[in-house]
Amino acid sequence: MKLQKASSFALYAVIELAANPAHQLAGTEIAEKYGISAHHLAKVLRDLGRAGIVDAVRGVGGGYKLAVNPKRLTLLDVIQIFEPVGPQSTANGDPEIATDAGGALRTVLDELDDHTLATFRSITISTMLKLMARKPWANAVRAARPARRAASNR
Amino acid sequence: MKSGAVSKKPGALRIRPAVRSDMQALIALDEEITGFAKRKYWNETFSRHRARPRSPRFLLVAEDNGSIEGFIIGEVRAWEFGEPPCGWIFAVQVRPKTRLKGVGTQLFEVLCDAFRRTGVTKVRTIMARDNHLVLSFFRSQGMMAGPFIELETALDGANAKERLHEAAKS
Repeated sequence: MKLQKASSFALYAVIELAANPAHQLAGTEIAEKYGISAHHLAKVLRDLGRAGIVDAVRGVGGGYKLAVNPKRLTLLDVIQIFEPVGPQSTANGDPEIATDAGGALRTVLDELDDHTLATFRSITISTMLKLMARKPWANAVRAARPARRAASNR
Repeated sequence: MKSGAVSKKPGALRIRPAVRSDMQALIALDEEITGFAKRKYWNETFSRHRARPRSPRFLLVAEDNGSIEGFIIGEVRAWEFGEPPCGWIFAVQVRPKTRLKGVGTQLFEVLCDAFRRTGVTKVRTIMARDNHLVLSFFRSQGMMAGPFIELETALDGANAKERLHEAAKS
């Protein structure tokens, strides 16, 4: 699955702020680190501020800081500010949902959405920082390399 | 685990294998958390998982000044679902008023140490998707989705649910 840009930018910002609790970070610092639009990130940070997740500190040396406990802030808390997550309401009247095939397809898609929801809801920003420290994806890449070579030798 | 595996961390909290005299407190703690007193389940669990030399089954409790504040149940199982031996965690609970003090983490770490001593390199568990609290706990310990997908279907038959509840109470 793919997150909308705003959700990804928000997560990058929140993770950076959680990783640097003693400092206020400017939006431009975060944007530069991730190579993303500072203008877009500024809008995202405003939304996070309105949601009570970050505080803006004005003036010289100002910036943003996290306003909540990263052990209690989940990925879902952040993402659902910017996009819907989980099983979508069927009340919007799509006529095909009323068919047997539509109902069966909806059941399968809801199963996937339920897993997505449970995953986002169970991972806190604090857990993300631990995950970043462990870098499990580095092992996954190393493990995948021989398999790709073997496949290309066929 | 050798039957005497105990947390080495300082302080009043002690992680140790459960003994028969803990069972009343364990059943009461489980009932406080889940709302069900599963006496038969707990007696069977104790019989299966009580500490024995070289046993791959573990029932550990967190004891704080004589009070049982949490427990964890695990076992090394081989070739379940076609997989080589690995540690399975079946349950972990901490008394609500004792949470956020690292008790669950200590239980988890001591159980993982016990698993390591048996030579396994992986630990697994299965969780209800809506059990956000315990799911978040396992995530915070570094656990990620494994290679399995759990599937189920309803079995036809009247009163199956009622019979299960009756069996749990006995």
